[in-house]
Amino acid sequence: MKFKPLALAATLATLGAASFATPAVAQEQYIPLLSYRTGAYAPNGIPWANGKQDYLKYVNANGGVNGVRIAYEECETGYATDKGVECYERLKGRGASSFDPQSTGITFALTDKAPIDKIPLITLGYGLAASQDGGVFKWNFPLMGSYWTAADILIQHLGEKEGGLDKLKGKKIALVYHDSPFGKEPIPLLQKRAEMHGFQLNLLPVTAPGVEQKATWLQVRRDRPDYVLLWGWGVMNSTALKEAVATGFPREKMYGVWWAGAEPDVKDVGANAKGYNALALNPNGTGYPLIQDILKKVHDAGQGSGPRDEVGSVLYTRGMLISMLTVEAIRRAQEQYGQGKVVTPEQVRWGFENLDIDDKRLEELGLAGVVRPIKTSCDDHMGSSWARVHQWDGGKWVMGETWYEGDKSVIDPLVKEAADRYAAEKRIQRRSADDCKA
Amino acid sequence: MLYRENGQFKTSYAADQQIFPILQDRWAIGLLLLVAFVAMPLLGSEYFFRAILIPFLILALAALGLNILVGYCGQISLGTGAFMAVGAYAAYNFMVRIDGMPLIVAMLLGGLAATVIGVLFGIPSLRIKGLYLAVATLAAQFFTDWAFLRIGWFTNHSTSGSVSVANLNVFGIPIESPVSKYLFCLVVVCVFALMAKNLTRSAIGRQWMAIRDMDVAAAVIGIRPVYAKLTAFAVSSFIVGVAGVLWAFVYLGAWEPAAFSIDRSFQLLFMVIIGGLGSISGAFLGAAFMVLLPVVLDQLPHWLGIPISTATVSHLVHMIFGALIVFFLIVEPHGLAKLWSVGKQKMRLWPFPH
Repeated sequence: MKFKPLALAATLATLGAASFATPAVAQEQYIPLLSYRTGAYAPNGIPWANGKQDYLKYVNANGGVNGVRIAYEECETGYATDKGVECYERLKGRGASSFDPQSTGITFALTDKAPIDKIPLITLGYGLAASQDGGVFKWNFPLMGSYWTAADILIQHLGEKEGGLDKLKGKKIALVYHDSPFGKEPIPLLQKRAEMHGFQLNLLPVTAPGVEQKATWLQVRRDRPDYVLLWGWGVMNSTALKEAVATGFPREKMYGVWWAGAEPDVKDVGANAKGYNALALNPNGTGYPLIQDILKKVHDAGQGSGPRDEVGSVLYTRGMLISMLTVEAIRRAQEQYGQGKVVTPEQVRWGFENLDIDDKRLEELGLAGVVRPIKTSCDDHMGSSWARVHQWDGGKWVMGETWYEGDKSVIDPLVKEAADRYAAEKRIQRRSADDCKA
Repeated sequence: MLYRENGQFKTSYAADQQIFPILQDRWAIGLLLLVAFVAMPLLGSEYFFRAILIPFLILALAALGLNILVGYCGQISLGTGAFMAVGAYAAYNFMVRIDGMPLIVAMLLGGLAATVIGVLFGIPSLRIKGLYLAVATLAAQFFTDWAFLRIGWFTNHSTSGSVSVANLNVFGIPIESPVSKYLFCLVVVCVFALMAKNLTRSAIGRQWMAIRDMDVAAAVIGIRPVYAKLTAFAVSSFIVGVAGVLWAFVYLGAWEPAAFSIDRSFQLLFMVIIGGLGSISGAFLGAAFMVLLPVVLDQLPHWLGIPISTATVSHLVHMIFGALIVFFLIVEPHGLAKLWSVGKQKMRLWPFPH
C-alpha cells in the first residue's frame, strides 16, 4: 500500500504546476465558459459555445468594456454534471465573473455552490424556473425566460390558434419530454394550465439522451393528441421528428420549446419536418447590425470561433445574447463601482440584478427588434419573458409575427410557492428590503 | 537494501497476522496517513479538494465495494451505479422524512437499503454465472433508473426530479468547507478500507475467494455457496451504497438519477479491472487512474501553454486515456496493484538481483 505517496506526489506536482501556470488577470475581466463540444449534445453545444466566444472577441476588438479587456477560458463539460462541477471548481478560482452552465443538471448542482462562492449563475431560458424569485435565489438569473414562461407561452399560442383559451377545453395535449430535470420542469405549470382550461395533459417521458422513442410514439399514435409539445434537447429532437414522420403525426401540430427549435434539430429531417413549430427566444439570420459587425470584426479578421456560415444560427445567436447580457452586467457594475475597473463577481451580480436594457440601448447594441427590452430587479431576476413562435418551412426557420409574454398571474404564484419551498428546505431567509437595495 | 524484512522476526501470532507485516510498509502507511490527514488539509487548494481528492476518495470507496464482489467473490456486477443510487436516495429520504436525522445514521441506513436491494439482485447469482450474471445485474441498473425517475415518492415529489441536501453536519460540526468534506470522506474511506481488508483476511473472505476460484470445489469442502455469494453481495452493496451517499451528499449536493447511470457502473468496473481484481489497494489505484488522469490530461495543454481548442483536447483525452487502458492491460493484465507488488518484489532484491 505504498502507492499513495507516489500518487500524491504526482498530484502535488501537478497542483504546483497548476498554481504556477494560472494566468495573471490583473487588468482583465475574466469570464469562464462552460461548454460541450463533444458527446451526445455536441451538435447543439458547438454553435452555442461559438456564439458566446465570438461576442467576447467582438467586445475585445472594440476595446473591451470601458477599456477593460475580457479574458475567457473554455472548459468541456460533455453535458455531464460531475464534469461540470469539476470545471466550475477549476475556473472559479480565477476570478470568474459569472457562469453559464449550459445544462439544467449542472445548474442544479451549482445553485447550492454559487451563494457560498458568491458567483452569479446565468441560465438564459433554462435552469430552475423558481429562481426567477431573486428574493430567495440571490445568485441565479434565468434571464429572458424559464421553462414555465415557455410552457405558458406555448399554451397561450395554442389557445390563440384554437380561437380562445376556453376552446382548449376537452383537447388532448401530450408533452413528450426529456426525462431529466430539464424535461420535468414545465410539468407543474402545464398541470395548472390544464386545470384552468380543462384540457387533458398526457405526460410521455423519453429516456435520455432520447435516441429510442418507439414506445413513446406508439403511445402518441394510440392517444391521438391534438397537440404534441416537444421538450427535447440534442439528438432527441431530430429523433422525435423522425418518429413523428414514421407514425404520421402532423408536424404542424408539434410545438417545441426553444431548445427544440434550432437548425441541428431539424436539419437531418429536412423537408419532412416542414410545418414543425418551436418557440423562439431569439431570431436567426444575419440581417441586423450586431451580427454584421461580428462578421466584420471577428470573422473577417480570422478570429471566428467556428465556421462562418454558422453565424446567425439560432443557438449561435443565443450564445451571443448570453455573452451580451454578461458584458452588459459588467458594464452596469462598472457604472456603479468604477468605470474602467475590473469588477468582482459580487459586483457583477449587482449588475445582473440592475440590468436595464431599453430600446435605446438595444439600438446602440445593434439588436433593435431582435429582442425586447430587459429590466431586472431584486424580485424579478428574469427581466423579460417575451418570445415568439417560429416554424420550419423545410429549409429555414420562419419567424411568427406575434410576441407573447408569460402570464404573470399564472406564473408568479407558482414561482413564489416553489421559491418558498426551496427556502424552507435549505433553511434560508428571504432577502430583506435593505439587501435588495444594496 | 532499504526495503527488506531481514531481521524482522515475528514472535507472536498478533505480529504474524498484522495487515502490514513489514516494518517499512508500516512506516509508509503511517506516513501516508499523516500526509492525508495533516499535510493535505494544510496544503491543498479548494479546487484540489473539491474536484480531485473528494471524487477520488468516494469513487475509491465504491470501487472497493465492487472489488469485494468482483475481485474477491468472482461475481461480475454491472449494477454498481444502481446500488449507489439506492444508497443516495434512501439516505435522502431518511434525511427529509425524519427530522433531525444525523448524517452518519442516514449514511449507514442508506448503505443498509443498498444492502437489501443488492442481496435481492444477488439472488440470481445462485443459478447463473459470469457474463450471464452481469446481464442480470444490469436489470438492477435499469430498474433503479426507472424507479427514481418515475416514482415521485422517492424524490419527495420534487417537480423537476432533482433532489438536493443542505446543512450537513456531523456531531454539530458543519460539513460545508472543502477541507471538512475531504476529512469526512477520508475518515469514512479509511474505516471502510480497514474493515474490508480485515473481512477479506477472515474466514468469510476466504470463503469468497474459494467460491471465486472454483465454486464446485468450494461447495465440496463445505462452503455454502448461498451464504458466501449473498454475503459478498451484501457487504459489497453496503460499501457501494455508502459511497453513493457520499457522492450525492458531499460531492454533488444536488443530483438526479443520471448521476448514477450505467456509465458510472462501467467506470467503476473499469477501475476495479485496471486497479487490480482482488486487492484493496487496487481499488485506490484504479480510482486514481480513472479520476486523476483525465483531469490531468485535460489541463496539460493549459499548463504547458499550448493553445488547443477544448474540443480537440476533449477528443485527445478520450484517445490517450483509451490507449493507456489498453497499454496497462497488455503490460499487466492483473492490474496496477499487481504491477505495484512486482515492483515491491524487485525492491527486495535491489541492488543485488540474482
